[in-house]
Amino acid sequence: MNFDLEKFKVHGEPLIYGAMISIALVSIGIVVGLTVFRKWGWLWREWLTTVDHKRIGVMYILAALLMLFRGGIDALMMRLQTAAPDMKFLDAQHYNEVFTTHGLIMILFMAMPFIIGLMNVVVPLQIGARDVAFPRLNAVSFWLFFFGAMLLNISFVIGGSPDAGWSAYFPLASLEFSPTVGNNYYSLALQISGIGTLMTGVNFIVTILKMRAPGMKLMRMPMFTWSVLITNVIIVFAFPVLTVALALMMFDRLFGSQFFTMANGGMDMLWANLFWVWGHPEVYIVILPAFGIYSEIIATFSKKNLYGYTSMVASMLIISLLSFLVWAHHFYTMGQGVMVNGFFSITTMAIAVPTGVKIFNWLFTLRKGRISFTTPMLYSLAFIPIFTIGGVTGVMLAMASADYQYHNTMFLVAHFHYVLIPGAVFAVIAGFHYWFPKVFGFRLNERLGKHAFWWIIISFNVAFFPLFILGLKGMTRRMYTYSAETGFGPLNMISFAGALGLAIGFVILVYNIYWSTRYMPRDENGDPWDARTLEWATHSPIPEYNFAVVPKVKSRDPFWAMKHDKQPLFEDPITKIHMPSNTGKPFVLGVVFFFLGFFLVFSMWIPAIVAGIGVLIVLAAMSFERDHGFYIPADKVITTEQKLGGGTV
Amino acid sequence: MNKKGPLYAMFFSLFLLLPGCSSLTVLNPQGPAAKTLSDTIILSILVMLGVLAVVYILYIIMLVKYRAKKSNEGYIPPHEEGNIWLEATWIAIPIIIVAFLSVVTVKTTHAVENVPADYKDQKPLVIYASSSNWKWHFSYPEEGIETVNYVNFPVNRPVEFRLYSFGPITSFWIPQLAGQKYAMSDMTTYLNLVAETQGDFLGRNTNFSGKGYAQMEFTATSMSSDDYDKWVKDVKSTASQLTEDKFKSLLAAAHVGRETFSSTHLTFSPPPAEHSEHMDMDHSNMDHSNMEMSTDEHSHQSN
Repeated sequence: MNFDLEKFKVHGEPLIYGAMISIALVSIGIVVGLTVFRKWGWLWREWLTTVDHKRIGVMYILAALLMLFRGGIDALMMRLQTAAPDMKFLDAQHYNEVFTTHGLIMILFMAMPFIIGLMNVVVPLQIGARDVAFPRLNAVSFWLFFFGAMLLNISFVIGGSPDAGWSAYFPLASLEFSPTVGNNYYSLALQISGIGTLMTGVNFIVTILKMRAPGMKLMRMPMFTWSVLITNVIIVFAFPVLTVALALMMFDRLFGSQFFTMANGGMDMLWANLFWVWGHPEVYIVILPAFGIYSEIIATFSKKNLYGYTSMVASMLIISLLSFLVWAHHFYTMGQGVMVNGFFSITTMAIAVPTGVKIFNWLFTLRKGRISFTTPMLYSLAFIPIFTIGGVTGVMLAMASADYQYHNTMFLVAHFHYVLIPGAVFAVIAGFHYWFPKVFGFRLNERLGKHAFWWIIISFNVAFFPLFILGLKGMTRRMYTYSAETGFGPLNMISFAGALGLAIGFVILVYNIYWSTRYMPRDENGDPWDARTLEWATHSPIPEYNFAVVPKVKSRDPFWAMKHDKQPLFEDPITKIHMPSNTGKPFVLGVVFFFLGFFLVFSMWIPAIVAGIGVLIVLAAMSFERDHGFYIPADKVITTEQKLGGGTV
Repeated sequence: MNKKGPLYAMFFSLFLLLPGCSSLTVLNPQGPAAKTLSDTIILSILVMLGVLAVVYILYIIMLVKYRAKKSNEGYIPPHEEGNIWLEATWIAIPIIIVAFLSVVTVKTTHAVENVPADYKDQKPLVIYASSSNWKWHFSYPEEGIETVNYVNFPVNRPVEFRLYSFGPITSFWIPQLAGQKYAMSDMTTYLNLVAETQGDFLGRNTNFSGKGYAQMEFTATSMSSDDYDKWVKDVKSTASQLTEDKFKSLLAAAHVGRETFSSTHLTFSPPPAEHSEHMDMDHSNMDHSNMEMSTDEHSHQSN
């Protein structure tokens, strides 16, 4: 085997050397810190081997926040490069890598894990369960996601990042036109984390269908749990398509097959079809849970139950069905004629109807309420007008004829940022602020929270509204530079200013976490917001078994009914509680998958085969292992409950 | 009340930005296809502003009226399950709007996929536009000439572009004359347009195709038919022939400037088959038989 160091190197850019140095410094810092404070054992026992859904959720959210900053820096670099005509900050190759990884990271390694993190923390609590249905599988999901994300991230400094756009259209993404290893990273990193996501889908469907507390009928489930259920059904239907598409892509790139190439009967548009058959439902995978989060928050801070519960559920179901019938709107301009474009126009526009239903139901939840403007509520309220702009421009784009003029322009870029940022990013921030006290036992500072909010909301509009106009002026997306005569300069400069403002907002948000950890008073009763659903009925921070006694549900807002209608929730006596035991195997599996992916990226066959055997060995070890978990004895549960302040007994 | 300030600011910024309309290329059409699209876009913007207005008015009312304040302390909001008539209203009205826009979409898509209505009696000028690396090749089968990175055609005459690619998918767009369409390596797609004013129009590729994508522009010039005929005659008498070798070297180059030839590459490098499975009915109505290339093309298809 000839070992060629050259192909690992990424040349030239001071930015890349900077990234290398900072990655090295951070890694050394973490290792030294863990060693000095003797935390290796703690890290392994409490986190790396955990199967507790709450801790897995926290790790998802931490990883997502890190990725938010990675993707955010990509965004800043892009906006800086296009802030003025003929900028020389990035070259074409570098810019192409930056916008590709920005899209990939923000959708797949920021928005989705953030949402999966929140669903991990909240859903078992909301349905009165002790954990998810398959706690170990949950750990496997997390570590596959995590190491998939890491694999993509190291591409920046080892070998080069993918550079064919996050949609990786063929034949551009083929070996012929993208000869660097960037798109090998794409196919393998997405594959590894995608398998993890698919497992999450199965896990949460079973959890929600089989593990609800007695009395919690489907139509009594909190809206967030509903949204998560529907989302996971979408995951289970959509992700296998991605798995297959990525596998074919890998064959094309690594083994010389010809599925999507130009010659020998390859079909480039087959990739586009497969990608968007997964990719469009993916958009709803990140947006539907947001609808659930907003429903919880708006109801809580209006002091009202959710208006039109049944039509909210129905509209999510309809959206999930339609999400599979709209993929071709991503390539109206492929020349498929009036019939096909007409069909997809109508299905796409039809999504506006159930979405509109939800907007009006939220507005009517506010009606006759008593609205308090806390930080999570502010994000939820800001969502409504901003997302509506995203929605109506979505209808405009859905019109096939008009799309001939918007397709691939900045108008489209503006539209999907107007949908995805309020629809996913504001939602996860709102959910983060809302559920933070549940997990950590103290609130985030409201004053800092509101500062961050105003920075983010105003800067968001400054950053993205100009792009609508740029689109109508004829500026296409993914151009690394443009000339002064185009007249695109001033609006791009405004947009860059907005991007800077957004960055400031996110820095304040993170500073808030630090500040609040140090100074915020600890929470006494586990219910800081006077909330309505079950997750607030247990202590903060949450004991490992969630509920000492399994709650009995008799209405839609059981905790509210307990507080205000004196409806009892915990009636049974405390008994011993069965818990799953920790395991290091999911983490090890993630590590070997990471090496398998890495060796395949560089076509290093022998090490890849060794790593592949490693994967099989870990899987075999997992399947032959006998582990029945353990019991927490009743008296230990009682002492824990008393220490946390009682309440459930 | 701090909620409303930024909202007003957003509205005002919208109004401040509107006067820039004439500089909005897409809304400044110079031909019937682009005009149809521009009208469709403006219509949809108006309808959508109506939707926005309803949502924003309700939103402001709710926030102003029902916010927590000193005077409503102790107020206990009612329990409301929903209201079947209200919910039916906000299901029905969007359905009507979507139905209306669907009709508009299908009609206008049909219009721009074909030769513009007022020009149906004229025989379209066929130009093959193909992309390679980051340049555009324009082949005129009827005139037997070929250009690179610029295209000339007569004003007030329908032009039928036939698009394909020698590499990654590209998208052919002259925003002031017509909407865009993909050029792909394995099929030929069609784009019809007419220019109603003389002048130079910017055209470009809008589908990301690699390193040189940002510079992948061309100029489309519409000229009087006399000027056009004169230009064709000029090219035929002065420009050199496009040999296969020369064409190969052109394909291999990343970028080139403008080039002009007195023969086309279509003879030795024929275009891919047309996009027949997806072709809509109207295309087959078009009279291909009296076009010079049609025999070549069909024989290619039967290969």
